[in-house]
Amino acid sequence: MRIRLTSVFVDDQAEALRFCTEVLGFVKKHDVPVGEKDRWLTVISPEDPDGTELLLEPAGHPAVKPYRDALAADGIPLAQFAVDDVTAEYERLRGLGVRFVQEPVEMGPVTTAVLDDTCGNLIQIATQAG
Amino acid sequence: MADELYKALADPTRRTILDELTEQSGQTLFEICSRLAMKHRLDISRQGVSQHLAVLEAAGLVETRREGRYKFHDLNTAPLRQITERWLGTDPSGPDKENP
Repeated sequence: MRIRLTSVFVDDQAEALRFCTEVLGFVKKHDVPVGEKDRWLTVISPEDPDGTELLLEPAGHPAVKPYRDALAADGIPLAQFAVDDVTAEYERLRGLGVRFVQEPVEMGPVTTAVLDDTCGNLIQIATQAG
Repeated sequence: MADELYKALADPTRRTILDELTEQSGQTLFEICSRLAMKHRLDISRQGVSQHLAVLEAAGLVETRREGRYKFHDLNTAPLRQITERWLGTDPSGPDKENP
């Protein structure tokens, strides 16, 4: 058994694709129409093209909003991405106008920061020490 | 308010929360929980941290602020002045500045 795909709900698939590719630096992998307006839309990291795909899933189900609002209020991220240097990535993303709700903090063996993906989610970026 | 202040300061976890907010004011609940768990190795639930924050808030040491969908916790050290004013006098220049 392998983890091939994971997903986040997004308010707007087109905007999520733009943020993931133009801001975070991911690459579109699959884009297949499903139903009238939804798409099976996935991105991957160019550093790991055969790695886990991230599905940008429409947030239309009525349970999604209360679920995400409650987590956002407490600052809880819905996905975590690994970066080589959290502080450098934080500076780069801030330069692109990304909002952080947690600046880089060294927490024992890991340094983390948390950003707003503009599509309804908090995303944690993390660097493992050593 | 004074009883709430001393009660809030009497607990080591709450003092650690104040230490962390001194380092960085304006933290989400998640950030505070992460710092306690990862930096201080404290085994405490999110609900437990929430309860500590409520005690700190009742003492006026922590204030919360909503920004859009997010809620941040800020440090407010003003209530601590009661301690110095009560036992160390009210001279705003303080004893140290008399003898630089």
